[in-house]
Amino acid sequence: MKDLQQWRDGDSFGDLLKRRGVTRREFLTFCGKMAALIGVGGVFGGSKTAFAQELAGRLEAARRPSVVYLQLQECTGCVESLLRSASTPVEELVLEQISLDYNELLMAPSGEAAEQALASAQTKPHLLLVNGSVPLKDGGVYCTIGGRSARDVLERAAANATAVVAIGACAEYGCVQAASPNPTGAVGVADVIRDRPVVNISGCPPIAETISATLTYFLAYGHTPPLDGLGRPLFAYGQRIHDKCPRRASFDAGQFAERFDDQNARLGHCLYKLGCKGPATFAPCATIEWNDGVSFPIKAGHPCLGCTERHFYDRMTPFYRRLPGITVPGLGVEATANTIGVAAVAASVAAVAVHSAATVIAKHRARRAEPESLPLAVLGDREEPGVKQKEKEKDS
Amino acid sequence: MATERIVIDPITRIEGHLRIELEAADGRISNAWACATQFRGIEKILEGRDPRDAWAFAQRICGVCTGVHAIASIRAVEDAIKCRIPESAELIRNLVSGMATLQDHVMHFYHLHALDWVDVMSALSADPAATSRLAATISPWPNNSATWFKEVQQRVATSAKGGLGIFASGYWGHPAYRLPPEANLMAVAHYLEALKWQREIIQLHTIFAGKNPHPNYLVGGMATSINLDNQLTINKVRLDQLGELIREARRFVDEVYYPDVMAIAGFYPEYASIGVSSPTMMAVGESAFSCSGTPAGKPVAAGLLMDGDYRTPRPFNPRMVAEFVSSAWYLYPEGDRQGLHPWQGRTDPNYTGPKPPYRQLSDQEKYTWCKAPRYDGRPVQVGPNARIMLAYAQGHPETVQLANRDLGQLKAGVEALNSTLGRTYCRALESVILAKRMEEWFAALNERVRSGDVSTFNADFWEPESWPKQAQGMGYLEAARGTLSHWVEIENGRISRYQCVVPSTWNSSGRDPNGLMGPYEQALAGDKKHPLVDPKRPVEVLRTIHSFDPCLSCAVHMLLPDGSGLEVKVR
Repeated sequence: MKDLQQWRDGDSFGDLLKRRGVTRREFLTFCGKMAALIGVGGVFGGSKTAFAQELAGRLEAARRPSVVYLQLQECTGCVESLLRSASTPVEELVLEQISLDYNELLMAPSGEAAEQALASAQTKPHLLLVNGSVPLKDGGVYCTIGGRSARDVLERAAANATAVVAIGACAEYGCVQAASPNPTGAVGVADVIRDRPVVNISGCPPIAETISATLTYFLAYGHTPPLDGLGRPLFAYGQRIHDKCPRRASFDAGQFAERFDDQNARLGHCLYKLGCKGPATFAPCATIEWNDGVSFPIKAGHPCLGCTERHFYDRMTPFYRRLPGITVPGLGVEATANTIGVAAVAASVAAVAVHSAATVIAKHRARRAEPESLPLAVLGDREEPGVKQKEKEKDS
Repeated sequence: MATERIVIDPITRIEGHLRIELEAADGRISNAWACATQFRGIEKILEGRDPRDAWAFAQRICGVCTGVHAIASIRAVEDAIKCRIPESAELIRNLVSGMATLQDHVMHFYHLHALDWVDVMSALSADPAATSRLAATISPWPNNSATWFKEVQQRVATSAKGGLGIFASGYWGHPAYRLPPEANLMAVAHYLEALKWQREIIQLHTIFAGKNPHPNYLVGGMATSINLDNQLTINKVRLDQLGELIREARRFVDEVYYPDVMAIAGFYPEYASIGVSSPTMMAVGESAFSCSGTPAGKPVAAGLLMDGDYRTPRPFNPRMVAEFVSSAWYLYPEGDRQGLHPWQGRTDPNYTGPKPPYRQLSDQEKYTWCKAPRYDGRPVQVGPNARIMLAYAQGHPETVQLANRDLGQLKAGVEALNSTLGRTYCRALESVILAKRMEEWFAALNERVRSGDVSTFNADFWEPESWPKQAQGMGYLEAARGTLSHWVEIENGRISRYQCVVPSTWNSSGRDPNGLMGPYEQALAGDKKHPLVDPKRPVEVLRTIHSFDPCLSCAVHMLLPDGSGLEVKVR
C-alpha cells in the first residue's frame, strides 16, 4: 500500500479545520462520533476517548487526497446513499476532506472536459472508488463511457490508484445484473483488478456512514481498515444484524410475527418467520441504522433481505421464505448462524494484513456461485455445486 | 461554416450513461442522436422468480427512482392477483412516492441542473451582504444571512485552492452564464443547503420503509405496522416526526426551491422557446393529484395532448403504445419496422455497433440501448411538463392559477412549458402543489389512525396457493420523470414475463422507422435553432438535456411479454 502522503501537496486537514474556525473541542466531538462508528465491530479495543484522540491526531495530519469515483454498470443507488451521509456530510467530504476529481453524478463538466478531468486525475496517485459491475460479455458492449468499455475505464483508472474501494454489491460481485442468468456477464471490481487488494463495502446499497467512515479511515491511517474474509471492513461488517437487532429479545423469547401486520407485528415481535435474513447477514444496519440513525428495515417491520452478503439476490431469495432447517426459537438458527459467524471471523482475523485479505478475496472469486443454484445456501450448505470442480480445474 | 460533428460522452449529472452526438453549423445544432450506452437485463433476471420478490429487483433498475419502481412493480403483481390494499397503506405509498418526487425534483434542480445556469466561480466575487439583501427580496427563508453566504463563499474558495474537485473544469465564464455574482452565490449556498435538506427529508422514507435509497415494500400493503403505543412501529413519536418532515419539506420548496427557479428563470427567458420538443404530451394522473396506480381518474385524468394542441385533452388508451427497435440494439423476429405492443414485445439484445473503444455511433442505423416507444405512431414527452400541461388543459384550479401567474411574469403562453425552461419550471410548480398535497394525505392518515383503522396489509392473497394459475397485471404510476408502467405475467406462482415501460425510455428514445426523432433529439435538433456556441463547452446542450432529468438506467432494461389482452382498471 502506497503512502497517502503522496496524494496531494498542500494543506493538511488540520489546517483546513483551523481556517474554517472549527474548534478543537468540536473536532474532538466529531472524532468521538467517528470513533464510535469505527469501533462498531469492537476490533480496536481500548477506550473510545483514547481512540478519538488518536483519530484526531491522524486526521489533522492527513492531506486532501485526489479521489476518482467511477460509476460503471449500476443504478446510482450507492452515490445516492453516500449523499445521505450524516456523520461526514457529503458537502464537507467533497469540499474539504477529499478532492473529488471525477464523479459523473456530481461533476460540473461533461464530455471532453470530463474525460480530461479523468485522464489528468488518473495519472497521479489517487484513491479509486467504484460503483457498479463490469459487464465482460461480448467485449463489454453493455456499458461504455466515452466510447470505452467499463473494463477499459476501470483498468485505466486503477493503474495509478493508491487504493481501490468497491462500493456496493455491484462493484463487489455484480449484484442484481449478475443474478441468474446474468445476461451481460457482469462481475465485480476484484474480478478485473487482480494485482492489488480491493476493499469491498457491501450492501445494495451500503449505509452512507460505512462509505464515509471507510474514507475517513483511509485519511486517518493511510491504509485500509482491517477486513473480513470477503474484503469488507470489520468495523462495519464484523457482526450480524441478528446480534444487535431490537427484535432479538422477542426472538429469544419465541415471540414471532406470523404474518405481516398481525397482532405480534404490531407489538414489534421478531420477523424471522416472515423470512428475515438478519441471522445470516453481517451488516451494521441494526447498530448505525439508516439515514442518520432513523431506522432500518427490520425496525420498520420488513424482514432483512441480506443485501450485504455475497450473491444475495440468488442466495437470499425467495425473500419471504424462512431460513431453512431451523428449530425456532433457540438453538437451531443460533447454531447454524454462529457457525457461519465463527467462520467469517476466523477468516477475518487471518486477513487483517491487507495482502492476506487479497488472498482470501482471490479465493472467494474462485468460489463464485452458480446463479440461483442454491437459494438460501448461505445457511447450512456452505459448498456450492460446481465450486469444488471449478477449484480443481483452477488448481490443475 | 462547415457542419461539425460533436460527441458529448459522458453526459454527466444524470443517472446512468448517456452519449449525445450532434451536428452543428454556425453555432446552431442541425442534427442530434441520443445514445444510451448501458444495458443490464433486469426483466430477464426476473423470469422464474417469486412475484412477491419482484419489487426488490425492479427497484434496482434505478437508485434514484427506487421507491416508484417498487410501487409500480407491486401494483402490477397486486393487479394480477386481484389484491386490494388497505386505505392507510395507499396513503403511506402516496406519502413515500410523493416525498420521492419532491426530493428528486429538488436534487435535480440544485445538484444536476443548476450548474448549467449558475457560475460557481462568479459566486466567489459576490458581496455576501448584497446577496443577503437580494435573497430577502424573493424569500423569507431564515438561513439567507450574510454570515451564511460568506461562509459558503469561503468554503468554495478553500476548495478551489485545493483543486476544486467536482467544480473543476466547469464551463465557468462561458458567455451563456448570465446571473450576477450575488445570484450565483445564493444558488451555490442553496446547492449546499439542499444537500442537507434531502438527507433529512428522505427520513420519511426510512420511517415507513426502513431505508433510503432502496426502501422496502410489500405486495398487499406496507410492512410497517401502526401501533401508537409501541416503540418499533409507527407510533406517536413517529407521527410527530413525520409531520415535522412534511412541514419542512413544504417550507423548503416554498421558500427556497420555487423562488430560486423563478429568480433564475428571469435571467434566461429565451429558454422558454429553446429546447422545444415533441408536441405530444402524456400523463396518467399526476403524482401531485393521485398516486393511485392504474391511470388515475380524479381530479386530473390520464390523457394526452396531441400534435401541439395543448388545449384539448384526449383519452389515454394503452393499446396505442408500441415499441420500435429500428435504432436500438435489439432483435425483433418480425423485423425492425414492426412496432410491438408491450404484451407482444420482446427484448433480445443484439449489439451491432462498433467494438469499443469507438468514436462514432450516429453513422450506424442502430445507435442506442433504448427502444423507441411511440403512441399511435407519435414520439411522446412524459414528465413534469406533460403533467402540468395536462392538468392545465383539464382546468385543475391550482395549476391554472399558479401557471397563469408565472407565465404572465415570464410573458409566455402555456406552449412555453414545452421548452428547456418549461420543463425546469414545471418541476418547481409541481413541487409546490405536491408538498401541499402531502400535508393533506398525512392529515388523512392521521384521521384514520385516530378512528382506529390501522390496518396496513391485506393478508388474503399472500400465499401463492390463493392465486390463479395464470394471471397478468400492470402497475401505473407518475414517477418524478413521467409515466412509469410495470407489466407482469404469472404462471403457477412464478413470474413468466416481466416488462417495464419507463419515463426515460419515452423521452430518450432514438429514431423510429418513420425517421421521427425521440424527444431528447427533437429538443436539440427539431427546429435547427438550438444554440451551441462552443462545442468544447456545450453548456447549452446540457441545459436542454438536463431539463428532462435523464435517468438512463431506467430507460434501458425493456422486455418482453407476448401475452394477450389488456385491461386497464381505474380505481
